[in-house]
Amino acid sequence: MKQNIWIYILVSALVSYLIRVTPLALIRREITNRTLRSFLYYVPYVTLAVMTFPAITEATQRPLAGLLALAAGAVLAWRGGSLFLVAVACCVVVFVSEWILI
Amino acid sequence: MESNQTCFRRGVRDGMPIALGYFAVAFTLGIAAKNAGFSALQAMVESLTNNASAGEYAVFSLVSAGAGYWEVAVMTLVANARYLLMSCALSQKLAPETGMGHRMLLAFDVTDEIFGVSIAFPGRLNPFYTYGAMAVAIPGWALGTFFGVVVGNVLPLRLVSALSVGLYGMFLAIIVPPARGNRVVLALVLLSFAASWAAASLPALAAMSSGVKTIVLTVAISLGAAILFPVAEEAEA
Repeated sequence: MKQNIWIYILVSALVSYLIRVTPLALIRREITNRTLRSFLYYVPYVTLAVMTFPAITEATQRPLAGLLALAAGAVLAWRGGSLFLVAVACCVVVFVSEWILI
Repeated sequence: MESNQTCFRRGVRDGMPIALGYFAVAFTLGIAAKNAGFSALQAMVESLTNNASAGEYAVFSLVSAGAGYWEVAVMTLVANARYLLMSCALSQKLAPETGMGHRMLLAFDVTDEIFGVSIAFPGRLNPFYTYGAMAVAIPGWALGTFFGVVVGNVLPLRLVSALSVGLYGMFLAIIVPPARGNRVVLALVLLSFAASWAAASLPALAAMSSGVKTIVLTVAISLGAAILFPVAEEAEA
């Protein structure tokens, strides 16, 4: 039986939205439990760090280019570079280093 | 206290690099959509309504494999489960009196990147900041998918490779400044890098999807840190 692509779209959209809206709609006050608060405070930093490395070395054609972008981005961000500046700098580092490497 | 309009404009500014990175990533996603039999319009609607790279990719590969609707539902749930955690964290970033309308609108685009910039907003999140970022990021994502289907692989590989790293650069801009001011956060970031690398390298974990790995590592490391180094009230802000 040929499945309908629009139903696939509907199903995935519904599931994606429910995952995101449930906590935002249900947790309507400040959590007072200190451990839980601390957990949620650390979640963003940990999850973004987990997603950045080693993925940044796999997104590029050569792992070294991603590694260089990671180093450059970390140094720039440490020195207070803006979101835009750090993002663009990483792109430039990859573009230039792959130009040399490949 | 900044006006909603100022916040929106700042959101648009911070959303620009997201939109550019999204366009490049969604472009490659569009190619996968085309292979799964999606038209450009269908792929664009999928991106407009899902706003999830790994989740959509899973959908496209399942559809091309002829999977059923339930399988797609379960896979979408697994691939996107990390957004559940992000939404929990985001709920604490909002003022408790934030209305249901704002909550439902914000929920529409809780992605790694939009979540990232929203968390970096100083103090309580003004939803209009996030709306500004969404206003440019969502079209970037949807149009990228659309053009990915229509024109296939027209962007040179070199450019896609460079653009896709921009999103990680943004993550660095979000996590590094707090790490500079807080030793615990610094140690956690380094530990997360190491653990994530180990999880990606261990052959025993090869069967685990990267989405599941992200959740397991996030919960384990954040929970350990919360127990060992509970955050003092004034340190949060």
